[in-house]
Amino acid sequence: MAIKKFVQVIAKFEEDGRIIPLQVLWEDGRVFDIDRVLDMRPGVSLKVGGQGIRYTCRIQNKEVCLYYEEPKWFVEGKER
Amino acid sequence: MERIILHSDINSFYANVECLYHPEIRDLPVAVGGNPEKRHGIILAKNQKAKEAGVKTGEALWQARGKCPGLVVMPPNYQLYLRFSRLVRKIYNRYSDQVESFGLDEAWLDVTASARIHGSGLAIAEKISRDVQEELGITVSIGVSWNKIFAKFGSDYQKPNAITVITRDNYKKIIWPQEVGDLLYVGPATKKKLIKYGVYTIGQLAETSLDFLVLQFGKIGAVLWRFANGLDDSPVKSFDEHYNGNERILKSIGNSITTPRDLKDLKDVKLIIYMLTESVAMRLRETGCYCLTVAIHVRNKELHSFTRQQKLAKPSNLTREIAEAAIALFEKNYDFSSDIRSMGVRVTDLVPDSTPIQLDLFGNEEVRVRQARLDETVDDLRKRFGNLALRRAVTIGDSMSGLDPKKDHIIHPIGYF
Repeated sequence: MAIKKFVQVIAKFEEDGRIIPLQVLWEDGRVFDIDRVLDMRPGVSLKVGGQGIRYTCRIQNKEVCLYYEEPKWFVEGKER
Repeated sequence: MERIILHSDINSFYANVECLYHPEIRDLPVAVGGNPEKRHGIILAKNQKAKEAGVKTGEALWQARGKCPGLVVMPPNYQLYLRFSRLVRKIYNRYSDQVESFGLDEAWLDVTASARIHGSGLAIAEKISRDVQEELGITVSIGVSWNKIFAKFGSDYQKPNAITVITRDNYKKIIWPQEVGDLLYVGPATKKKLIKYGVYTIGQLAETSLDFLVLQFGKIGAVLWRFANGLDDSPVKSFDEHYNGNERILKSIGNSITTPRDLKDLKDVKLIIYMLTESVAMRLRETGCYCLTVAIHVRNKELHSFTRQQKLAKPSNLTREIAEAAIALFEKNYDFSSDIRSMGVRVTDLVPDSTPIQLDLFGNEEVRVRQARLDETVDDLRKRFGNLALRRAVTIGDSMSGLDPKKDHIIHPIGYF
């Protein structure tokens, strides 16, 4: 079952108030660059249970949903 | 121009937010309930599955478990519900600046002026329904009509996740055959009285003569008649979106509590009255008001309850005066024929605290001024160090002494008028 995985994120705060995530720091020390933010809008994760701003990101040619559920960031983790 | 009013009601609000956050229970019957150990063990909300099993809001947890053995009961998380309520409101604000909240999960929207931008009432309702579902993962039922009463009726008519449009062409078909008790503000007592006069449906109420209703019910008779005929023209009150729930003129301030154990004697009652009054009086001072009347509410363990009120000699915001008035009221009106389960203290007839007070020759105004200064200091300390930082000695050494009515108090739906 998917789990709600809270992650560290490096983000850029724009002048207009938008927040753009740049990198995801994984717990084992790996750093994932976000190549592009494809979409951002409020959204829910039905898989792991959460609601926030959903950033659909391209990371290493894969589409990943990253959620900003104030004040934390999470992804839909695969483990377990 | 005909108004377009929407009434939107979030389906099984608390239960569905819990289901959203706990995917593992999503397909089970779920209810949100209070803590039975604190004797708050009733159902606050339930999801569709639990509803189908016959679980009702307001019944005790053990009753619900009897009907529905697999029921998952979640403790309430008000912070989360408040957040969702705000987010839903933000979506409403995309379509209208005139949004009137009715509790956490219901709201009226006047979209008359946005119809030219966003399309008809139905189109706007569809957009709202879609936005809420996509962005928040919960569903709403929306009623569309030309007045608030019929719009509310529409949102109750089909559930969950539905839209009902009530027009001048179909209201006699949809609303009039329904039971008169389904109309807003027809409660059990009014319903009983109406049935006595042979008024069973909303249509029959609408066709009853106005004079007769006024004669039997007074002012409210005329109001109900107007409601039933779709003549209600009360406006949707528009608020600043940054406020939530407390933007109307305050009529009264009160706190009540169901205590963890029954109150058996005056000592227990005094303790609770002081505790409640601390919160009520502090809130009264925060709003910058004096009160002229103090009221208490008592419910015994047989669930019989009564309310009594009394005018104060002078307008006051002093904790001590209010508490003493409440205790005096209680002593005059209760004899402990049965133990008490819940108590409330309320102040009404609020006037601004700049109102001049008539002094008298024999009272000692100096004491009152000193008392006021003491209250101010106490408020200040509590603001800095928490509401339990400074307490009355009567509340020490009892299992109930840790209750904090001010912090725990919750905003309930405000009346329609």
